Amino acid sequence: MSIEIKNVNKRFGDFVALDNVSVSIPSGQLTALLGPSGGGKSTLLRIIAGLESAESGTVEIEGLNATKLPPQKRNVGFVFQHYAAFKHLSVARNVAFGLEIRKRPKDEIRERVNELLDLVHLRQFADRLPSQLSGGQRQRMALARALAVQPTVLLLDEPFGALDAKVRKELRDWLRRLHDEVHVTTVFVTHDQEEALEVADEIVVINEGRVEQIGSPDELYDQPANDFVMKFLGPVTQLGDRLVRPHDLHLQVGERDAEAVSGRVTRVTRIGFEIRVEVSTGDQVVTVTLNRNEFLSLGIGTGAEVQVRVAPDVPAVVRAAA
Amino acid sequence: MAKYALRLTVIAYLFFLVAWPLYLVGKNAFANGLDNITGILEDPDIVHALTLTVQVAVIAVIINTVFGVGISLLLVRYEFPGKRLLSAMLDVPLSVSPIVVGLALVLVYGGRNGWFGPALENAGFQVIFSTPGIVLATVFVALPLVIREVVPVLEEVGDEQEQAARSLGANAVQTFRRITLPSIKWGVIYGVVLSLARSLGEFGAVKVVSGNVLGQTRTATLVVEEKYLNFDKGGAYATAFLLALVAVACIITVSILRPKEDR
Ligand SMILES: Nc1ncnc2c1ncn2[C@@H]1O[C@H](COP(=O)(O)OP(=O)(O)O)[C@@H](O)[C@H]1O
Ligand SMILES: [Mg+2]
Repeated sequence: MSIEIKNVNKRFGDFVALDNVSVSIPSGQLTALLGPSGGGKSTLLRIIAGLESAESGTVEIEGLNATKLPPQKRNVGFVFQHYAAFKHLSVARNVAFGLEIRKRPKDEIRERVNELLDLVHLRQFADRLPSQLSGGQRQRMALARALAVQPTVLLLDEPFGALDAKVRKELRDWLRRLHDEVHVTTVFVTHDQEEALEVADEIVVINEGRVEQIGSPDELYDQPANDFVMKFLGPVTQLGDRLVRPHDLHLQVGERDAEAVSGRVTRVTRIGFEIRVEVSTGDQVVTVTLNRNEFLSLGIGTGAEVQVRVAPDVPAVVRAAA
Repeated sequence: MAKYALRLTVIAYLFFLVAWPLYLVGKNAFANGLDNITGILEDPDIVHALTLTVQVAVIAVIINTVFGVGISLLLVRYEFPGKRLLSAMLDVPLSVSPIVVGLALVLVYGGRNGWFGPALENAGFQVIFSTPGIVLATVFVALPLVIREVVPVLEEVGDEQEQAARSLGANAVQTFRRITLPSIKWGVIYGVVLSLARSLGEFGAVKVVSGNVLGQTRTATLVVEEKYLNFDKGGAYATAFLLALVAVACIITVSILRPKEDR
């Protein structure tokens, strides 16, 4: 394990930001800290970096107890949501900063900076000031700057949060590819479940200062530990006392079935290739999503009598909290 | 139309309040050609006063810059009990009349009856009626100027760049020198210039604490008053002109040099 966080507590005044958090983050992987805004993700990341101190608990980085170390001794790379570019320094000097602090020979610095600027495709902008770059370019610069010092771990706090949707998606794919090339242990914070599911090897779900679940994207999606995780990772609907994904429900007409629940279609909405059918079972409205062909073969419309059934072998079924 | 009326009002206001009176000082200083100026520059006592004023101003500015930047960092980057009180106290020198400042300093550092003065005097260090007292009074009245310029800049740049520098391995001193200082540079320069202008021109507090001894503790502003009261109007205007010239030149130079986006 590359980062071991044990029993970390953090309060801001009376507010509990982290409540006895323990997480192990594996070496060489891309781990996402996922959760709703205000859940304590940034606080945890900043505690790993030493930018914030925990009230109790320990942080170990690659076997080294870092709990009491100041940030400059932890050898972590940190990338901020708003880039934190050094505004008065050129792109190349920004990237060189950590190496200059470490008093590396000039030639070595120049070589390494060029290498990194190539990696982030910013070589031709080396002499510009950060203010002359776009948001996406600034963030790539910040990434190169963090990688320059060959950090033990790379920490990114909502790195793409300030960018528009298209650039965000591009950079996300690019980060994944970059990680496959560089293999540095990486932890990134996001509140976007799609981003986490798409990019991460491992996801830590954090809510209200507590870890809800740790696992691979598949594990989280297919075996959510509780209804919070289930709800956070994708659309859900409730059938009886069970939370299920709307696409894991089947509709059928005609023959009765012991496991099925009868109801009446109250609404049909088409969203692109997906048809969303709302079925009233008397005391509940259940949402079922189908593709167009499935829907047409059922031959139903608003007002039709149908039966709703959970598809066989759906692993992710959770008893809903009353 | 309203815009032009407003503009005209502002220009007229500044003209009658600042530009025209200042111009008249200059005009009177050169009423007899260069005679007034050469007159004061040939008087060793006045040259001494001018030199003293510059020395005091430079020392006061250095002290106020170092402490000003330090206090600004404290105010913006740290939380501590009594912070609001400290912040409010920093405005006292601007709101209290300089003559009160002078009297207060005499009460504390006065050689005979001061609260702290006799002890210093016994240690061979005279404050009141000598240069340290003048410096002290000048430091006091110009105290908030650097802070008031630097605090908003520090708040605006935020501390993310500093955190980034720390995580890249820079210690506190390296972070300050390489990141904080360059980003607050123009705030500091502007504060220094305002302090310098204020320090050169301080009169009330200095008058009380200096003792106004010709050739020893008489500063340039005190020379202006002396000459004016003794009907040497030419000398008074010439000295006043030199004082104003330095101050205005400082401010104009900086506002020209200051990059637009930093304003
Ligand atoms: N410096 C701080 N002072 C006071 N409260 C803070 C501070 N930093 C974070 N918080 C609070 O702690 C909670 C968790 O914040 P954060 O870790 O930033 O959440 P997330 O990154 O998951 O959105 C939030 O409610 C936030 O308001
Ligand atoms: Mg956050």
